[in-house]
Amino acid sequence: MTAHAPNSFRTGPDEKGRFGTFGGRFVAETLMPLILELEDAYNEARQEKNFKAEMENLWRNYVGRPSPLYFAPRLTEHYGGAKIYLKRDELNHTGAHKINNVLGQILLARRMGKTRIIAETGAGQHGVATATVCAKFGLKCVVYMGATDVERQKPNVFRMKLLGAEVVPVTSGRSTLKDAMNEALRDWVTNVDDTFYCIGTVAGPHPYPAMVRDFQSVIGWEAKGQMKHAENGRLPDVLIACIGGGSNAMGLFHPFLDDKDVRIIGVEAGGKGVDTNEHAASIAGGRPGVLHGNRTYLLQDEDGQIQEAHSISAGLDYPGIGPEHSWLNDMKRVEYVSVTDTEALEAFQLCCEMEGIIPALEPAHALAHVSKIAPEMDKDQILLLNMCGRGDKDIFTVADALGTEI
Amino acid sequence: MSRIEKRFSTLKDKNQAAFVSFTMAGDPNYDTSLDLMRALPKAGVDIIELGMPFTDPMADGPAIQIAGQRAIKGGQTLKKTLDLVTAFRKADDETPIVLMGYFNPIFIHGTAQFIADAKTAGVDGLIIVDLPPEEDDELCVPAREAGLDFIRLATPTTDEKRLPKVLENTSGFVYYVSITGITGAATPDSNAVGEAVARIKEKTDLPVAVGFGVSTPEQAAEIAKVADGVVVGSAIVRAMADALTVAGPPKKSFQKDVIAQVKKLANAAKRARK
Repeated sequence: MTAHAPNSFRTGPDEKGRFGTFGGRFVAETLMPLILELEDAYNEARQEKNFKAEMENLWRNYVGRPSPLYFAPRLTEHYGGAKIYLKRDELNHTGAHKINNVLGQILLARRMGKTRIIAETGAGQHGVATATVCAKFGLKCVVYMGATDVERQKPNVFRMKLLGAEVVPVTSGRSTLKDAMNEALRDWVTNVDDTFYCIGTVAGPHPYPAMVRDFQSVIGWEAKGQMKHAENGRLPDVLIACIGGGSNAMGLFHPFLDDKDVRIIGVEAGGKGVDTNEHAASIAGGRPGVLHGNRTYLLQDEDGQIQEAHSISAGLDYPGIGPEHSWLNDMKRVEYVSVTDTEALEAFQLCCEMEGIIPALEPAHALAHVSKIAPEMDKDQILLLNMCGRGDKDIFTVADALGTEI
Repeated sequence: MSRIEKRFSTLKDKNQAAFVSFTMAGDPNYDTSLDLMRALPKAGVDIIELGMPFTDPMADGPAIQIAGQRAIKGGQTLKKTLDLVTAFRKADDETPIVLMGYFNPIFIHGTAQFIADAKTAGVDGLIIVDLPPEEDDELCVPAREAGLDFIRLATPTTDEKRLPKVLENTSGFVYYVSITGITGAATPDSNAVGEAVARIKEKTDLPVAVGFGVSTPEQAAEIAKVADGVVVGSAIVRAMADALTVAGPPKKSFQKDVIAQVKKLANAAKRARK
């Protein structure tokens, strides 16, 4: 890796869809024309005022944006260091940040004349968001979900069905999120004419990582303005967000990447520990490889076979990470750390008790890392955490982990 | 002249289409796979396409996905796939061998090392599903410089505008994917395939083989009338699955059963133009 920092960290990807050596377009020829068509359509749409206006209108009136920036007094007091702010994206319609991106992609699909939307989902949040927006626009929606996840995320499966989506349990491979993504790609290869693939994270072939990042960047732009307003023009000293594929993190981080004094931390799911075989920390425990259309850090064995991820949080349970994160790691602009299932569970409970907010298990990982750094920070320093989802979907998992029957 | 070139040229003189078989390396285990591979040329296979197992084969249908899983479970690795080719080459220096698979295992092996090892083993060509022309610098260009053919997939979505880009760095032959979809999924329409093959042949002198979805002797014969080669994968892989015991190991009749199926398909393709 080059040792020189670029003039800006915000200009990627290049025309080949690369962030340094990461990213790219590693897809079958059948999909290549579709991806080029999508890139053109997106580049055209993003320049247009109407597209932006329609999206902003729906963000405001359908999703409930801007999401609040909330100062968390009791957590701040508890840790005894930095002032802790939460960006409340869990208050969005459908309960997570996922809908920011889904709205953008589906408005684009409509412009492109596509009538059938497919998506992959792990925990079901992206699936629910996609099913929701499809219902709103009267589009056919098919969601691929690993059979294992269908079993452990029953409430979200039912939600999707209520919203009129077809949920297809995927039994190929090992029946989890990565297999659901394979299956969605197979569907797309088969139904090229009418189908739009709505990817839920900042991964996949170019232009998805950049496009999803752009749609999610509303989080970071809002937070920047809100923080300046709340703290007399100051920016946060530390940004922190959890990472599965990394869309909420990328959305928060991207507008701040060139603010040199802002320390940025991404928290991967350490599962039972990154020194075990059961974790989902692609950067800490993986190495660069090629999967699902892009080159990025992946969990894999010495023969290049992809390994299964593990996390208590189904939304972080993916053996890869968005390519831009891989690049930001190698450029040392963003620090990537991991916390275990147990640490995340403790943070989950603490947040419920201290702030009256039931967080999703995903941002509970970010909060768990806050507990490690906030106490060491000065009291006038500011830490901003992306509360990217609410925990209603996780109560069964948490009850199970705590040995409680509901 | 490369083995692939020579083989197509010989068949052209006989007015026959090439019969290309696909089997997964190491399915269900290394030894069975090698025995089967050795029996393929006599059963009428003109070119052997050997799958490199991968956990996440995004362009493949269930039959080939499961074959890959069997092979991985049986201990197959990229190195062992190259060993398989080395072992095969000891007794057969004529049948072209094309490795087909996905990029990640090659990238992890080290691209330059892989090219050198494949060359030494006696591999003739590569089909790497997830390396479109846009990613030619990764493997295609260095592989061709080393004398390996890089066989590209052209598909029904490859339009007039894109075709030249697809053909630009292709060598050996062009693999026309007869359906939009995954391997073994749908039945190709032989008229449409004929037109597509003709369209491709206007732009290149390379032979055009057709696959993805060719599964019966009748279909093989139809395709053999309009293309320079017929690729059958899922149908052979399914015959292999049928010749396994419930517990996993091959039945005693494995080789016989599978070869019988290959012969039927190969004969149909060879007689098509008579």
